[in-house]
Amino acid sequence: MSTDSKEVLLTMKDLRIEGRADEAWLEIVKGVDLTLHRGEVLGLIGESGAGKSTIGLAAMGFARDGCRISGGEIMFDGIDMRASSESELRSLRGRRIAYVAQSAAASFNPAHKLIDQYSEAPVQHGVMARSEAEGDATDLYRRMQLPNPDEIGFRYPHQVSGGQLQRAMTAMAMACRPDLIIFDEPTTALDVTTQIEVLAAIRNIVEQFNTAAIYITHDLAVVAQMADKIKVLLKGEEVEEADTPTMLSAPKEDYTKSLWAVRSHMREEQPPLRDSTPIVAVRNVTAGYGPIDVLKDVSFDIHQRRTVAVVGESGSGKSTTARVITGLLPPRRGEVLFNGEALPADYRKRSREQLRHAQMIYQMADTALNPKLRLRELIGRPAQMYLGLQGKQLEDRIRNLLDLIELEPDDYIDRLPSELSGGQKQRIGIARALAAEPQFIICDEVTSALDQLVAEGILKLLDKLQTEFDLAYMFITHDLATVRAIADEVVVMKEGIVVEQGPKSEMFQPPHDPYTELLLSSVPEMDPNWLTELLEKRAAAG
Amino acid sequence: MGFLTGLAWLVAIVIGVIAIGWTFRAFTVAISPKPLAKELRTAPLTASFGMVIILIYIIVAIFAPAIAPFSETEIVGREYEPWDDTFLLGTDNLGRDMLSRLIYAARNTVGIAFITTALAFILGSVAGLLAATVGGWIDQLLSRAVDVLMAIPALIFALLLLTIVGTSIINMILVIALIDSTRVFRLARAVAMNIVVMDYVEAAKLRGEGLWRLISREILPNALAPLVAEFGLRFCFVFLTISALSFLGLGIQPPTADWGSMVRDNATLMTFGDITPLLPAGAIALLTVCVNWVVDWQLHRASGLKE
Repeated sequence: MSTDSKEVLLTMKDLRIEGRADEAWLEIVKGVDLTLHRGEVLGLIGESGAGKSTIGLAAMGFARDGCRISGGEIMFDGIDMRASSESELRSLRGRRIAYVAQSAAASFNPAHKLIDQYSEAPVQHGVMARSEAEGDATDLYRRMQLPNPDEIGFRYPHQVSGGQLQRAMTAMAMACRPDLIIFDEPTTALDVTTQIEVLAAIRNIVEQFNTAAIYITHDLAVVAQMADKIKVLLKGEEVEEADTPTMLSAPKEDYTKSLWAVRSHMREEQPPLRDSTPIVAVRNVTAGYGPIDVLKDVSFDIHQRRTVAVVGESGSGKSTTARVITGLLPPRRGEVLFNGEALPADYRKRSREQLRHAQMIYQMADTALNPKLRLRELIGRPAQMYLGLQGKQLEDRIRNLLDLIELEPDDYIDRLPSELSGGQKQRIGIARALAAEPQFIICDEVTSALDQLVAEGILKLLDKLQTEFDLAYMFITHDLATVRAIADEVVVMKEGIVVEQGPKSEMFQPPHDPYTELLLSSVPEMDPNWLTELLEKRAAAG
Repeated sequence: MGFLTGLAWLVAIVIGVIAIGWTFRAFTVAISPKPLAKELRTAPLTASFGMVIILIYIIVAIFAPAIAPFSETEIVGREYEPWDDTFLLGTDNLGRDMLSRLIYAARNTVGIAFITTALAFILGSVAGLLAATVGGWIDQLLSRAVDVLMAIPALIFALLLLTIVGTSIINMILVIALIDSTRVFRLARAVAMNIVVMDYVEAAKLRGEGLWRLISREILPNALAPLVAEFGLRFCFVFLTISALSFLGLGIQPPTADWGSMVRDNATLMTFGDITPLLPAGAIALLTVCVNWVVDWQLHRASGLKE
C-alpha cells in the first residue's frame, strides 16, 4: 500500500520481561527480537502463557502490575522506550501507539457514551478540539461499517452489540491516527458470524491509514487473514518468524507443524440409530425466561454412544436447551424423555438415579470447580453419593478416575484446582461427570476456553471415554471445527428454533439452510485469501 | 514534657513497634510448619506487632489471678493513691489496686466481647447464608426483619432492650449479639449471593446435594475470608459498645472490673493532671488498633491484591 513501507517503525532487541512469583522474579519473555515496518501487520501467535500479550504491551513501554522489563531494547521510531520518562511515554500512548483489548465490553467505561470516550484521547493529547473529534468519530464509525454512524456514538456501551463495540473500540484506537496499533485477541470473544465483520473492518481501516499493527491471537486461521508476517512464540521464546504464505505452506519447526496439524482429529461418523429408544429425547420443548420464549418447539434425539452437536451463535438457545434437559429451567410446553420415560421438569423432583444418569461438563472449569476443595473430594463426592463408595473403595475409584483422565494419581489427588492448568481443570470436570457413571453427558462449550493443542487433547479424551463407557454426548459449541472433529449428528439452532438437523456428513454437504450456509462459510480457513474471497463472494451475492 | 521529649518518645515507640513486630515474625516463621510460615512471612510489621499484643492480652486474661498483685474487688489502700512500689499504678476511687483491676478487666471485657462477637457471627452468618442459598420468601422474611432491626440506632436500641430485660452480663451479651448479627447477616448474604451463582454450586445442586452440605462445603469455605476479616472488625465495635454501655452504667456491673467503667469511676483524677484514668482507655485503644492491623492484613490477603 504505502510508498515508504521499508521504513522501520518498531524494533525490539533481546527483550526480557520478568514476572513476580512469590518472592522471586521469573523470566516470562526470554530474549525476543522483533522488527516492524510502517504499514506492516505482524501476527503474534502461541498458546496462553507464551508471552504474546506481555510483548504487545511492552511495545508501548508498559509492563503489567507485578511484571518488569528487565533487559533488551525497545525503539519506537527513533525513541528509546526504556529510557523515556513516564510522561514522555504517556504522550506516545493513545496518540502514536494505541491498544485494542480482547473484551471491548469490559474495556469501555459503562458510564460514558461511546463518543465521549472516543474524544478523550485526541482532546487530551491536543490533536483535535472536541467538535472536530466528534465529526471525526462519525467518519471513522462509517468507515468501520457500523450501522447508523451518525448516532451510534451517542449510545452507552451496553446499548451496542459485542461485535459493534469491538469495532467502536478499533475506531477509538484510530482516533489520533496512530502509527502502531496493538490488537490483543480482538475477536476471540465473538461468534464466527460477527468475527468476520470485525476482521474485515479492522483490515480495511489498517490498510486505509497505512497503520502498522501487532495482531495477537491464538487462532491461526484468523492471523492468516490479517498478518503480513507471523511470529510463533512458545513459553516466552521465539519459535520462528516468516511471511504469512511461507509460514502457512512450509513451517520449519516441529512445534509450528503441530499447531498447524491441530485440527486433524477426526472421528469416524457412527451410522444413525433410528429404531432403538433414544437415551435422551427432547420433545416439542418451548421454554424461556419471563415473557420471552427462548426455545420454540425444539425436538431432537440423542442415542446411546452417539454425539449430537448443538451449534448456533450466542443467544440461539443452545445453553437454554441444556438447562431444560438438566431440569434447571422447567419448560412451558413439551417434555424431556430419558430412556423413553418422561423426566420430571424440575431437577428437585428427580430421583437420585435420574440425576446420576445425566451429568454436565461446564465451559469455564474455573467456576465449575469449587476452589476450596481438593481433587479427592471434587471427584470422590459423586462416587460417594450415588454409588455409596467408602474408604478404600472410594480411594481406589478416585485413583482409577484420575488414571482415566491421564493425570498421575499420586501427584494430583491432594491438589487444589488453583494448582492445575486450564486443560487439567477441564479434565477434572470430565472426571467428576464420569464418577457418577452416567449414560449421558452434556458438554457445554468445553473446549472454547482452551488453547487448540489442549482442546485437541480434551476432544480425544472424550472420544476415548465414549467408546469405553457407551456414553451419549450432547455437545454444545459454536466452533464448527469441533463439530467436524467429534459429532455424529448436528442440530443447528437459530433464535430458539432448530433450523436444520441430521447426520454430520449431510450437514457439511450442500444444500444447506441459508443460516447453516452462513455459519459454515464464516469459519476462518488457513488460506490467506479466504477473507478477501469470501467478502467478494458475499458482496456479489448480496 | 517538651516538644523534643515528645518527639523522642514517639520515635522510641515507632522503633519499638517495628522491633517487636520484626522479632515476632522472625520467631513464628522459624517455629511454624512450612505452609503456615509462608503465610506469616507476608505479614506486614504492623500486623505482626498486632499479633504480639493480642497474644499478650490473651495471656493476661487467662492468667489474671496469677499475674495480678491484689484481688479484683478488695479495698487495699486509701482512695486515689499515687503510683508507688506497692501500688504500681496507684489506687482507684474506692482504694482498690489499679493494676490488678486493669488485669482482671482484660478478662471480663475481652472475654465478654469475644463471646458476644462469636454469637453474633454464628447467628448472622447462618441466617445470611441460608437467605442467599434458599432465596424466595425465606430471604424476604429474614432480610426485612434485619432491615427493621437496623433502622433503629444501635446504641439506643441496646439501651432500650437492656432496660426492658434488665442488666445482667448474659442479657447484655444476647442483646449486643442480636444487634450486631444484623450487620453480619448483610455481609454474609452479599458474599454468598456472588457464590451461589457459580457453576460449582449449580453442579452440586444438580448432583442432588442437600441444603446443609451446599452451605457447609460449597458456599461457606469460599465466603470465609471476608467473614474472618469482618470478625476482627466487628470484635472492635462490640468491644467499644460494651465499654460505652459500661461507661453509661448499663454494662458490666460493679464490683466486676471493666475498662469502660474504670474510666468513668476515676474520671475526676483527670482534673488533677493525672493520667491514671486514661490507662484503661489506652488499653481499649491499643487492642482496637492491633486487631485492626491484623484485620487489614487479612483483608489484603483475601482481596488478592499484590503490593
